[in-house]
Amino acid sequence: MDNLNHLIEGFGHVLTPMNLLFALIGVTVGTAVGVLPGIGPAMTVALLLPITYGLEPTQALIMFAGIFYGGMYGGSTTSILLNTPGESASVVTALEGNKMAKSGRAAQALATAAIGSFVAGTIGTALLVLVMPQVVAFAINLGSPELLAILLVAFVGASAVLGSSRVRGFAALLVGLTIGVVGIDFVTGQQRLTFGQPMLADGIDVVVVAVGIFAVGEALWVAAHLRRKAATVIPVGRPWMGREDWARSWKPWLRGTALGFPFGAIPAGGAEVPTFLSYLAERRLAKHPEEFGHGAIEGVAGPEAANNASAAGTLVPLLAIGLPTNATAAIMLSALQGWGFEPGPFLIDKQPVLVWTLVASLFVGNTMLLLLNLPLAPTWAKLLQIPRPYLYAGILFFATMGAYAVNAQPFDLFLLLALGLVGFALRRFGLPVLPLIIGVILGPLAEKHGRRSLQLSGGDLSGLIGGPVAWVCYAIIAGVILWPLIGRLLPGKRPSDRDHTPTEASA
Amino acid sequence: MSDPQVDTTGAAAKPREDRAQYGVCAALAGLGVLLLVDAASIRHVTSSNDPLGPRPVPIVLGVLLLITAVAYAIDVWRGGVGQAEGGEDVDLGSRADWKTVGLLIVVFGASALLIQPLGWVITGSLLFWGCAYALGNEHHVRGLAFGIALALTTFYGFAIGLGVNLPAGILKGIL
Repeated sequence: MDNLNHLIEGFGHVLTPMNLLFALIGVTVGTAVGVLPGIGPAMTVALLLPITYGLEPTQALIMFAGIFYGGMYGGSTTSILLNTPGESASVVTALEGNKMAKSGRAAQALATAAIGSFVAGTIGTALLVLVMPQVVAFAINLGSPELLAILLVAFVGASAVLGSSRVRGFAALLVGLTIGVVGIDFVTGQQRLTFGQPMLADGIDVVVVAVGIFAVGEALWVAAHLRRKAATVIPVGRPWMGREDWARSWKPWLRGTALGFPFGAIPAGGAEVPTFLSYLAERRLAKHPEEFGHGAIEGVAGPEAANNASAAGTLVPLLAIGLPTNATAAIMLSALQGWGFEPGPFLIDKQPVLVWTLVASLFVGNTMLLLLNLPLAPTWAKLLQIPRPYLYAGILFFATMGAYAVNAQPFDLFLLLALGLVGFALRRFGLPVLPLIIGVILGPLAEKHGRRSLQLSGGDLSGLIGGPVAWVCYAIIAGVILWPLIGRLLPGKRPSDRDHTPTEASA
Repeated sequence: MSDPQVDTTGAAAKPREDRAQYGVCAALAGLGVLLLVDAASIRHVTSSNDPLGPRPVPIVLGVLLLITAVAYAIDVWRGGVGQAEGGEDVDLGSRADWKTVGLLIVVFGASALLIQPLGWVITGSLLFWGCAYALGNEHHVRGLAFGIALALTTFYGFAIGLGVNLPAGILKGIL
């Protein structure tokens, strides 16, 4: 087992004081931003990106992964104690979790969430170790036409599968792709959408886009609708579970893991779909379905496991193909690019130490998170008492710092403000954020692969179609786009079994 | 571009016609036109190793934006409403508070102008204090103190510690 050796080596690299410190910083910051409203892992990673250009990439990546996992833990705390999820991945947790808290079982809800997250995160990371090399072996033979097709699946998936309105998803995607066009064309050196402005020649930095859309947009949006009276936080002691809670939790944990991991790995998976599916599954399988709606522990255990497993699943396409399936992964991808690595199937070959140290750090980080969250949940809940003016002023403060630090030019701050207003409009009009970010980061990559494909075929458009992998991708795209039409043609209303997104194309 | 009258599309509020959405359609269409105009001004260069050249992608995007703008407008016309985003601190039942948003934009714009001459520590402190004030903070001295503390910490930690690009400005030599 070559991978196992690599992994053990990875553990050797993680277990140095500096790397452990960065893992600890990552999971601590991650939990904090997961708990705090208005700031999530994607925004945090974007804010920290310019700061980490001075760090060792491995350490920065360990920290980012800790933030990513930590955000999933922290989000559940607010869901349960405040009934308002910190992250979209924890929306479902609030359904039963807050009911449990209201009936005096907050400690058990937090415990099953934290332990379930640990179990799912650990199993998920183990699956990552098993699956990733297979995906790499599959992806390493893919040419530009296939990669282009996979990127197009990611575009369509992010815009059309998630969210309630496809036209709004596509609108956000196209805005993102347009932002990605700005700058000097990488082949011919011609300026596109720069309006003669030399500061736009290098394009709009992903950090500025992400910070503008996430941080500034969110702060402005909240400012427009700030809740003047604070929501009540349910007080809680140290989380614990009784024998019966364990008996009722362990199966949902495993089922949640099984649902979360594959959905995290496919484009447009994210954590929302599997957490919801896990909730439905648990409600159907529960011995006491009547408890659902009044605080059933299965309804917390399953979705919480699912969202952590999906976080692990997300890393499979990110590390193996260079394909991010959610916003945090998208920004981690642009971090890799910023350090000069080329994400894709060759990453693991060229940077084995980086990849395996990262994977090993996930096991370590997960354990740290359990230790941080189980005994300290009441302390984390205190973070919710930060006065809102300071919280959002702080977010804007760090947003300014992060955006300025990229290029040291005030021009970027005006750009940041403009993008913040775009972010405001997205929230106001219910346009999803993810397709925009995916468009900005993957758009230039898709264009590169498209042009390379045509270069290989000597300009013959058939060069874009490629081989069987690409055909499958285009069939999926056609299926997703035509789905509403097909649905309309079919007689009667069918229960929406979500089988139109095939799981992993890897095996 | 949005009309404050219709800005109460909350989950609780009755679904009302949200005509400001047509503004979004117009903006998308405008962006599409902009892409097409800009693409037209790019000199068409192709070569054997780049048969496509720099123009097709912006043209395709521009056309798709125009199509999307029309589809969006049809959706709005049929009564489609985008669900405004909720959150822990978001009260969608209330009207949009444009005064706060405007103040934040002013504070933010001022920082963008001041950051190079005055440096990060002064600008950052004022930015924090100003934003907190705009958001309803009543403890002005405390707000300023927090701002100064944050700005100094980040300056020493990141700019001097990690070599992040933050300007010293007029405090150069003192810090």
